[in-house]
Amino acid sequence: MKRANLKSDRLAALFLLGFGLFNYPFLAMFNHARLVLGVPMLYLYLFAAWGTVIALAAVAAAGADDA
Amino acid sequence: MLQEWAVVGIAFAYLGVLFGVAWWADQRADAGRSVIANPYIYSLSLAVYATAWTFYGSVGRAASTGVGFLPIYIGPTLVALLWWGVLRKIIRISKVHRITSLADFIASRYGKSAPLAGLVTVIALIGILPYISLQLKAIATGLEIVRSHQVASAGAAAAAPLFTDSAFSIAMLLAAFTIIFGTRHLDASERHEGMVAAIAFESLVKLFAFLAVGAFVTWGLFDGPGDLFARARALPGVERLFTIGDGGAAGIGPTWSSLVASSFVAMLAILFLPRQFQVAVVENVDERHVRTAIWLFPLYLLVINLFVPSIAFGGLVRFAGMGVNPDTFVLSLPLAAGQGALALLVFVGGLSAATGMVIVETIALSTMVCNDLVMPLLLRWRALRLQERRDLSGLLLAIRRGAIIGTLVLGYLYFRLAGEAYALVSIGLFSFAAVAQFAPALVGGIYWKEGTRAGALAGLGAGFAVWFYTLLLPGFIRSGWLASRLLEAGPFDLAWLRPTQLFGVAGMDEVTHAVLWSMLANIGAYVGVSLLTAQSAVERSQATLFVDVFKHSGAGTGALFWRGGVSIQELRGLLSRFLGPDKAVDVLESYSRQRHLKSAFEVEADANLVQFAETQLAGAIGGASAHAMVASVVKEAPLTMDEVMSILEEASQIMKYSRELEQKSRELEAAYAELRVANEQLKQLDKMKDDFVSHVSHELRTPLTSIRAFSEILHDNPDLDPLQRTRYLAVVIAESERLTRLINDILDLAKIEAGALEWNLRQLDPREVVEHAVSTIRQLFEERRVALEVKLPAAVPPVFADRDRLVQVVLNLLSNAAKYGGDRGGRVTVTLQALQDAVRVDVRDDGPGIAPEDQERIFQRFRQSGDTAADRPRGTGLGLAISREIIQRFGGRLWVESAPGRGSTFSFTVPTVAARDGRAERSA
Repeated sequence: MKRANLKSDRLAALFLLGFGLFNYPFLAMFNHARLVLGVPMLYLYLFAAWGTVIALAAVAAAGADDA
Repeated sequence: MLQEWAVVGIAFAYLGVLFGVAWWADQRADAGRSVIANPYIYSLSLAVYATAWTFYGSVGRAASTGVGFLPIYIGPTLVALLWWGVLRKIIRISKVHRITSLADFIASRYGKSAPLAGLVTVIALIGILPYISLQLKAIATGLEIVRSHQVASAGAAAAAPLFTDSAFSIAMLLAAFTIIFGTRHLDASERHEGMVAAIAFESLVKLFAFLAVGAFVTWGLFDGPGDLFARARALPGVERLFTIGDGGAAGIGPTWSSLVASSFVAMLAILFLPRQFQVAVVENVDERHVRTAIWLFPLYLLVINLFVPSIAFGGLVRFAGMGVNPDTFVLSLPLAAGQGALALLVFVGGLSAATGMVIVETIALSTMVCNDLVMPLLLRWRALRLQERRDLSGLLLAIRRGAIIGTLVLGYLYFRLAGEAYALVSIGLFSFAAVAQFAPALVGGIYWKEGTRAGALAGLGAGFAVWFYTLLLPGFIRSGWLASRLLEAGPFDLAWLRPTQLFGVAGMDEVTHAVLWSMLANIGAYVGVSLLTAQSAVERSQATLFVDVFKHSGAGTGALFWRGGVSIQELRGLLSRFLGPDKAVDVLESYSRQRHLKSAFEVEADANLVQFAETQLAGAIGGASAHAMVASVVKEAPLTMDEVMSILEEASQIMKYSRELEQKSRELEAAYAELRVANEQLKQLDKMKDDFVSHVSHELRTPLTSIRAFSEILHDNPDLDPLQRTRYLAVVIAESERLTRLINDILDLAKIEAGALEWNLRQLDPREVVEHAVSTIRQLFEERRVALEVKLPAAVPPVFADRDRLVQVVLNLLSNAAKYGGDRGGRVTVTLQALQDAVRVDVRDDGPGIAPEDQERIFQRFRQSGDTAADRPRGTGLGLAISREIIQRFGGRLWVESAPGRGSTFSFTVPTVAARDGRAERSA
């Protein structure tokens, strides 16, 4: 798909995704004092989501530049 | 455990290494082989965002609020995703407009406003003071801990005097270091390659140190994360730190809102902190580096924060019940475990983080203070006459150095006045909230063309005022410098104006509260005032240039290489726009040949080329326009209204001339057409004249020939028969008479046509005219034995004419009738009658009649009915022509009605006096 602002669009969409992942619904979902893999669940979720967003950003940013 | 001298020595050694890195990078840059022009260094330099706050404060925050330390890192991660659009735009604008600081950017956008620049500088300065004091506090605390190997409690009163002294020395040391770092010389682009390299280096140092201590705590002091957290959980009150609020079920406490508030301000601070703006925008060499920074920088943040929970909870476990300040866990833990070397490494890491921040921040602030606050004031101070001084560099450097020292002194003062009351992170958030005030004006400035200068001033002013009142003031109050009554009961006892609970809205921590109200005031004032005020011409052009920068600069999203002057691309583009691409290439080729370069691509964009380009352009678009165009490219000054006006004037002049030219050529064409028509007419008239002349000479020659012939006979034959002699003489006389008549007629006709004839016009009685003519010519009729009948009514209305000429006409008709109207025994009738508007005379004869094709011809000159060869001409041939002319002059008509074998009737009409008057009245 060749669009003029593909890179900007992808990154913007990722931003919205991140905004959602670090917002109330998701956070509340993992907001329990249990230990998962020895680590508090919330912390695990936060770092994992954080890492995912960064990885996706790397992919999106490395794509072809906008027209 | 550690000797004081060792610690101080190590600290200096590290600073020495840092300085060495900077010096080396500067050398490389001067040699043209820059080390920092790669995306990884760029991303690492952005990590100056992680300061002593990250090093010490995050752990402290985690120990007290759980995940509350994360938002200031996750916020920037998310915002980095938007950098490809936002940051790139800011970088592009800054390169195009030669912007060198945050204040410069905002002021430039709103019409290069000096007051705005000054306000931004003041807000930045005051806003950053808490942050700087935070660094000082962290270093001082760390130094104290390491030196005395005492775990510091939450209020080490005994060590206070030493504590604060060391903070001051540290501040002065940092000032000296920064001065050496950043003010050795002036750079027009305000770039500091050495500084960037040093910052990237120290980012690696602090990362390494933190990971080291984190790993140590997790696997050295405990058996991995599982062990660590399990034991932490066992402690009272710790489990709630594993979640937000009070655990899933209980109410959403202030922690949620503080999460939102801190991530919000962090999203803004990542770009608007003066040091961040400096490294991200001003020091940027290639906008494509942003592409890497978008993910590499957040990755750095993630990695450096990976062990924060471990260290925090490990510390809580290790120092349970000992009242150790959590901000210091990162040092205390290794020390308590006897790891002196590691502690030293951590100290160096913390020092690294703090010095990085202080160096970049104070350099950025000093640049703003010098360029945007002090210099504009000094330049306005006429007494100094600064414009006349050739070299201001000494003065500028002095101002900057003074600004650096001043900033650090103020930072120290803040630390003394208010720093004790808060934990480190809180202080840091104050500064975040302060620089967040730049967001509406700046972000609005690059996306909203209608933002006005007044709006920016209003927004910044309102936001800063609220920030000061709700965040800074309480700090002073809590530290005892202002009455605490202000805090509890509000100013003048107005409860709704309480600094931490404006309008009675409670339930938020101070930062959240301040952010809410200050942003509300800021955005509200910015938008509201912008909509209410108008923009000046400069503002409007700047707004367009900023918001539409991608349309006005560079080739699409390609990198705009930053050189110290004008870009060769821009000049080439300018030339090809006005001269055409081919001509532009030719021109540049000839220029490069002049300078003995191999090709046009080696041409340097220097002053010579600029002059050359301007000259070339002047040939195409005029001097003033060329100058303005080139200036707008070179000096990055967009066209002012004046320049635009002068260009328009030139253009309209040119248009006017071309229009005049067009009109003249059109007039020329019309004149030519007229000339052609006149020429044709002239040719026709010429031909007619020739015809006439040839006719006349022909007619004159005929009688002359007869006269000569007969005269010769008479002369040559003296003894001619007397009878014959008489006959010949009669012919001569007759022909002479005829000749006379002819000449008279010709002259008459000529005179009539030329209008040179004198008309004696008066009122006449037509009856009398006809009677006179008849009596004159009666004899001719008797000689020819043609009967003449005259029918005249009793009275006819008078006419207005020349008597002699009218008689001449009647005579002409009568004599024609007599001559041609049949020979002996013919009859001619003359009738006179009155018509409605005219008087009519008919002369009828019963001669042979006139063929239809001849009926018009006889009125032409020299034309007579019949064949001139067969019938001897008996008249001049001009009679009817003259008569017609005469009658037409009187306003009448002369015509004939005839058929062969039926005789002819010549008639003419002359308008009556009454009719003439009526016509005259009508046409008057």
